[in-house]
Amino acid sequence: MSPEHGAAVATALTNFVFPNDLHVHWSLMIVLYPYITGIVAGAFIVSSLYHVFHIESLKPVSRYALIFALAFLAFATAPLLIHLGHPERAMNMMLTPSPTSAMAGFGYIYSAYAVVLILEILFIYRPTLVALKQKSTGGMKFLYYLLTLGSDNLSPEALRVDHKITAFLAAIGIPMACTLHGYVGFIFGGVKANPMWATPLMPVIFLLSASVSGIAGIIFSYVLIKRYTGKSIDMDCIRTLIKFLWGCFILDFVFEMLELFSHAYMATHHWEALRDLYVGPLYWSFIVAQVGIFSVIPFIGLGILSLVKLSDKIVMKWGTILSFMILVQVLLMRWNVVIGGQLMSKSERGHAVFHPGWFTKEGIIVSIIIMILPIALLWLLSKVFPFWLDDDPAVERQSA
Amino acid sequence: MIKSIEKEISLDRRAFIKKVLGGTIAGSLLLVIPAGAMELEHIPEQIPGMRKEIGPFITGKKFAFIVDITRCIGCGSCCVADKNEYQVPDGNYRTWVERYVIDDKDNVYVDSPNGGLDGYQKPRKDLPYPVRDTFFVPKLCNMCEHPSCVQVCPVGATFQTDDGFVLIDDKRCVGCGYCVQACPYSVRFINPKTHTADKCTWCYHRVRKGLLPACVNVCPVQARKFGDLNDHESEVYKILHQPHVVSVLKPDMGNKPSLHYVGLRREVV
Ligand code: SF4
Ligand code: SF4
Repeated sequence: MSPEHGAAVATALTNFVFPNDLHVHWSLMIVLYPYITGIVAGAFIVSSLYHVFHIESLKPVSRYALIFALAFLAFATAPLLIHLGHPERAMNMMLTPSPTSAMAGFGYIYSAYAVVLILEILFIYRPTLVALKQKSTGGMKFLYYLLTLGSDNLSPEALRVDHKITAFLAAIGIPMACTLHGYVGFIFGGVKANPMWATPLMPVIFLLSASVSGIAGIIFSYVLIKRYTGKSIDMDCIRTLIKFLWGCFILDFVFEMLELFSHAYMATHHWEALRDLYVGPLYWSFIVAQVGIFSVIPFIGLGILSLVKLSDKIVMKWGTILSFMILVQVLLMRWNVVIGGQLMSKSERGHAVFHPGWFTKEGIIVSIIIMILPIALLWLLSKVFPFWLDDDPAVERQSA
Repeated sequence: MIKSIEKEISLDRRAFIKKVLGGTIAGSLLLVIPAGAMELEHIPEQIPGMRKEIGPFITGKKFAFIVDITRCIGCGSCCVADKNEYQVPDGNYRTWVERYVIDDKDNVYVDSPNGGLDGYQKPRKDLPYPVRDTFFVPKLCNMCEHPSCVQVCPVGATFQTDDGFVLIDDKRCVGCGYCVQACPYSVRFINPKTHTADKCTWCYHRVRKGLLPACVNVCPVQARKFGDLNDHESEVYKILHQPHVVSVLKPDMGNKPSLHYVGLRREVV
């Protein structure tokens, strides 16, 4: 028997998983949780690029991005609650938080962020909401009355104050969006017992992938909604978004690879177990899918779209396809981190297997429903908050 | 603010410990039978001075657990005792026993079928090279001095008592599983019946009544030892203060386990 062959036999036989590690405790719900919060944070950043950094070409999506963020934010805690063994006690995290826990702050950061986002939306939309209130009747009129907080004052003075408030909210919103998602990364990055998670790069990677998924989500849904409703697409806006997407994705992908590379290069006693994980149970989902297909292709494709002069048609078509690929890439990344990290037993001598169930409490069907809900809410919100400036009665009035 | 939260949590903990003392939480039948029906005094005190302890926390004692790897015969009695004591659901383990086999090419093979519950009655036959060495390693909660599980619990359901035990208040636990991820030793699990975190408690309810942990009690070769380090006559004190080969698991995690191993081998994780 050759030594290599002997080594292979030994690896197969030495696969030892601690008995309690055979079960993967954090499953699909905890994959979705950072995915959804990431989309929220990313979409908010798109909106802030216009509201704070005055990237004028992003104006067409600046309001839509906020509503998009709100639709996903509304369901960010859903997977968490489904995952908890005792969801009825969830409020304890906010009532009696343990100050040392990296998880206890989530409720606060999440709620503070929700308040900022909602206020931002109400103030940015105020002229629109006032105009809509005047046009509408019955229940809708009452709804708009509530949303405008009863104030019809659209004097230049009042609007200037509004503008100051929105600029301030958007400005504090950026660090909050970054905190929200950097923090979610830290929930994993702070687990010293798990060598795959415990890296200071984790919050950085989570934040970058959040931005990427938010921008990609906006491009993808913007094009889809506009096409579906037969409205014109602002190509300048799409091209700018693609450039931002490419820029963020360069950073994101490079950091993801750097993380892997530094594990491999330092080759501490953890590396052997990590390597077995990447070439073993994560081979298809990480090496082939996440890196090989859904990172490399968008990486090159977005570069071409950003640098080469191409027709609007091509940019729109490929921009949409590549954005969708990025959305898949980020979902795969969440899967590989959350599930992958748990597959490696803390025995560092082997790995468990995990196949999600279809109909279980945290299974595939429930996951699909959770991903559909924000989209349904987005549709509902579109009935109340016009996404696009060309549908906006307040804008019509101003230009008339 | 923080103070009042801590007070609120600690009130709960006191109530929890009272329930432990009253026997309404976990424990063998013997201890659940109300006092009077079977007087505790009729069972000899196994931990000297314990029954003099009153009040919510044990004062003046510092407990340690020692596992002697050179003694363990892998019979699985401790696992059986533990499973019975706590009705541990199948597939979850508060304690388990691992079998290590090292061949003459220095390959290390470890297994722990069913957590060692059935005992290791047959040698492994699937190994390609002659066996050089073999031994058993019982595992349980390390009762860390710096427990990661306590650090991460978002609601303070997992807590460290003033007497150094790490316990779980299952009326407070939200079942998030963060502690399961954070424990470097994988001794925790989410109990499928209660949907809360669960783990070895070193039989806190027995210790409070002056009795040894169930697993220590049943071990036929005294591979598991438990006692008070402040009692210089105790066996654990003597072992830790005499020239023995003693170590802890994963010392670089910084958790400072109170569970020590005699004869721990470098192959053991
Ligand atoms: S061994 Fe794990 S469960 Fe026990 S105290 Fe240490 S960290 Fe907590
Ligand atoms: S599962 Fe329970 S004990 Fe563990 S961290 Fe969550 S709330 Fe705390």
